[in-house]
Amino acid sequence: MESKTIDFERGWDHVYKGIKQLRRILEGLPEPLFTSGEYVMLYSTVYNMCARNPPHNYSQQLYDKYREVLEEYITSTLSPSLRGKRDEFLLRELVKIWVNHKVMVRWLSRFFNYLDRYFVDYRSLPALNEVGMTCFTDLVYREVQTNIKDAAIVLIGKEREGDRIDCSLLKNVLDIFVAVGMGSMERYEDDFEADMLRDTGAYYSRKASSWIEEDSCPEYMLKCEECLKKERDRVFHYLRSSSEVKLIEKVQHELLVTYIDRLLEKEHSGCRALLRDDKADDLSRMYRLYCKIPRGLDPVADIFKQHVTAEGTALVQAIGAASNAPGVQEHVLLRKIIELHCKYMAYVTDCFQNHNLFCNALKDAFKVFCNNTGTDSSSAELLATFCDDILKKGGSEKLSDEAIEETLENAVKLLAYINDRDLFAEFYRKKLARRLLFDRSANDDHERSVLSKLKQQCGEQFTSKMEGMVTDITLSRENHAAFEDYLRSNSAAHPGIDLTVTILTTGFWPSYKPCNLNLPTEMIKCVEVFKGFYETKTKHKKLTWIYSLGTCNLSGMFDQKTIELVVSTHQAAVLMLFNTSDRLSYSEIMDQLNSTHEDLVRLLHSLSCAKYKILSKQPDTKTISRSDYFEFNSKFTNKLRRIKIPLPPVDEKKKIVEDVDKDRRYAIDAAIVRVMKTRKVLGYQQLVSECVEQLSQTFKPDIKAIKKQIEDLITREFLERDEENPNTFKYLA
Amino acid sequence: MPPRASKRKSVPPNSSSVTSSDGRSVSNKAKTKGMEKVDRLFNTYANSSLGMIDPEGIEALCADLGVDYTDVRILMLAWKLKSEKQGYFTREEWQTGLKELGVDSLSKLKKALPELEKEVEKPSNYEGFYIYAFRYCLTEEKQKSVDIESICELLNLVLGVQFRPQVDSLVEYLKVQNDYKVINADQWINFLRFCKEISFPDLGNYDANQAWPLILDNFVEWMREKQS
Repeated sequence: MESKTIDFERGWDHVYKGIKQLRRILEGLPEPLFTSGEYVMLYSTVYNMCARNPPHNYSQQLYDKYREVLEEYITSTLSPSLRGKRDEFLLRELVKIWVNHKVMVRWLSRFFNYLDRYFVDYRSLPALNEVGMTCFTDLVYREVQTNIKDAAIVLIGKEREGDRIDCSLLKNVLDIFVAVGMGSMERYEDDFEADMLRDTGAYYSRKASSWIEEDSCPEYMLKCEECLKKERDRVFHYLRSSSEVKLIEKVQHELLVTYIDRLLEKEHSGCRALLRDDKADDLSRMYRLYCKIPRGLDPVADIFKQHVTAEGTALVQAIGAASNAPGVQEHVLLRKIIELHCKYMAYVTDCFQNHNLFCNALKDAFKVFCNNTGTDSSSAELLATFCDDILKKGGSEKLSDEAIEETLENAVKLLAYINDRDLFAEFYRKKLARRLLFDRSANDDHERSVLSKLKQQCGEQFTSKMEGMVTDITLSRENHAAFEDYLRSNSAAHPGIDLTVTILTTGFWPSYKPCNLNLPTEMIKCVEVFKGFYETKTKHKKLTWIYSLGTCNLSGMFDQKTIELVVSTHQAAVLMLFNTSDRLSYSEIMDQLNSTHEDLVRLLHSLSCAKYKILSKQPDTKTISRSDYFEFNSKFTNKLRRIKIPLPPVDEKKKIVEDVDKDRRYAIDAAIVRVMKTRKVLGYQQLVSECVEQLSQTFKPDIKAIKKQIEDLITREFLERDEENPNTFKYLA
Repeated sequence: MPPRASKRKSVPPNSSSVTSSDGRSVSNKAKTKGMEKVDRLFNTYANSSLGMIDPEGIEALCADLGVDYTDVRILMLAWKLKSEKQGYFTREEWQTGLKELGVDSLSKLKKALPELEKEVEKPSNYEGFYIYAFRYCLTEEKQKSVDIESICELLNLVLGVQFRPQVDSLVEYLKVQNDYKVINADQWINFLRFCKEISFPDLGNYDANQAWPLILDNFVEWMREKQS
């Protein structure tokens, strides 16, 4: 490399020759390509003209020449070829000259490279390729930008209508828009994308307005899905990925948002109709289309909720109106509700992807009609009866274990929709007690499984008492074994009758009326013997005997044959009176037994006026009166050797409801105190809503009941009303 | 206060008395004299063994004042005297009260009654008097509530003049309802608030979602049913 100063004219002459050669190559003339030697020469010439001290430093002149050359090239060669061309031809030509320009810039930049290294930075001037870009922009782009934008949009429009277009051409054109931005997307966005989006919007607006008239909802949705797919393909093939979000939003807006009401509310094919006709696919599509749109799913979830509510309410009313026997009716109702629940749960899971909005819609819908059975019994009671029917012997023997489990699982799920959960617990507990004590439970595993499902759903506190009851039964069995050992080792203490005692922990079990029945001596001996045994085990506990829950097996020595009678302890006590007297009046029995009139009437009725007449009554009427006389009916017989004489249970419904109401008052009281203890000062409405929140797991409290408890707490001086603001309460420590 | 230039014995700023030759201030003398009259009046009505005016005494006082025993002005007098026990005035209460009224004779007391009425009706005093009226009925120790009958009478007495239509309806309701046998202080104070704030008889601005006592919610429900 020669390292001497060059005269500008000479140097430039050399470089310009190279440039001319380059132009000829670009024109496609038969011109040999540059050898590396030639290239090095050109580079060096530039170097020598620049890497000098002034006045031999021609950097500025060369920099200016660079621009000149380019400008001249563009104006003389490139631009003219564009003039007069339109549409796709224009686009093609543009791409061609763009390619040429790029080559020119690249080679020129190589020749003049030395400028890029020092001069450009030193003077804070644009780099060579930037200059190249600017020239193109000013001399070519500005002139044609509107036309190429329009041409490109026209092409896109054609493609939308189904024509095949040259995607790579479009892609190249759009590359130019981006390149012209020189690092920013501004040119692409302002000069092309904005209008493209507007055009897209207009296009789909037109389409939508005609489709919405002609098409059914599913058809329309299919078209939407397709359009969206095609637009995404468009982005993939030639649009910039940065356009995707805006493009999709635009399309969604025109197709789905603008017409959402008309679409969903289409009479024969809209959302309601799809739900009615179980069109799962279409509903899934609806979900897919609207889930990306903010608040798009709200109206869909709303219609879903309304639909489920309507179905449920109609179901409840229909079954209420049907004149089946009560009991059957209610069983059917629950079964149908469970079916409905499974059906729409499937929708939520499959079509609506378990989305929160739909889970809540389902929940709200069920809450509306599950609490309104239209019968005398509350839904809490119905559900408890339903479970009892499945769990007791003879209830569901025809069903497989799995079917039973599934039904129980569904039943427990329904509990979430019932407001009076505490009422359900009470009814369930009462029925569980009967099943456990009268050995009517069909299957221990199922019992335990229900309790664990209830625990999962409603919390530990909900089932703690019931679990205690089941444990008591197990413990009692162990206890009984110990009792038998005791009797074996103390044969003198044996009462002469087989005795089984079940010990219940108070608090776990429902409360039972204590009774002061006079037992026959044989039974008294049994009680004494057991007491003796129990005292050897523990001195700290007190036994209270509940004879109303016991059963007794008696041998009835009738004339024809001896029949074993399975009766309740109370019934047995009545019958045993006739071992010592032939004939007894009502009042005599009353005196000897020390029962209540209510109980005695029931007992005597079951023994003398029901299916099995163990006692004969004078007069032989259908009801018990206080002037009746009773005798042992020795003539009684039956083909069976063992019969059970049922004693219809007292209707405990009223008492259960009363007990639950009382518990609720305590619960509300405790909740208010808890809230106020933490907050110290709180407004009335907030206090109410926090209490409701706290109690929501167990039941839905009546606002009036909360108000009443607040007043009670004011009287008891736990709270006071704020003097300044009568709607605010203060906690008195 | 700027110090006085004079060398006279300094006088307490608010007193209007002048020292007399024997050293005692005149106002003290006047006080003792006035007290004697008040005391004598007290003794006229007091039960000597109890040392205070008992119900009989109050009855006599009323007769002399020409006012009925059940008149609201006697209640106002009790309020003015800050009487603690219903039907009784202690010597202290009597002395302090009559001094506040600025009276020392029966005739002056009688003349002071209309002014007392005006004083009670002043908004700043009225609520205090209203609450006092309730507490005055709590005769037993630890008693917190007053029976419905007495409440009805009290409402008539205390609110009857200002809020006649409300009182009439409320009393009618209290007599027919079964939920409450007694009324507590909180409910009582809210009766007044009800009369003052709620437009009657349309009850348009009553909102049961606010912290009104339940008995008023029920009352409004009852009224609305009657009106429809």
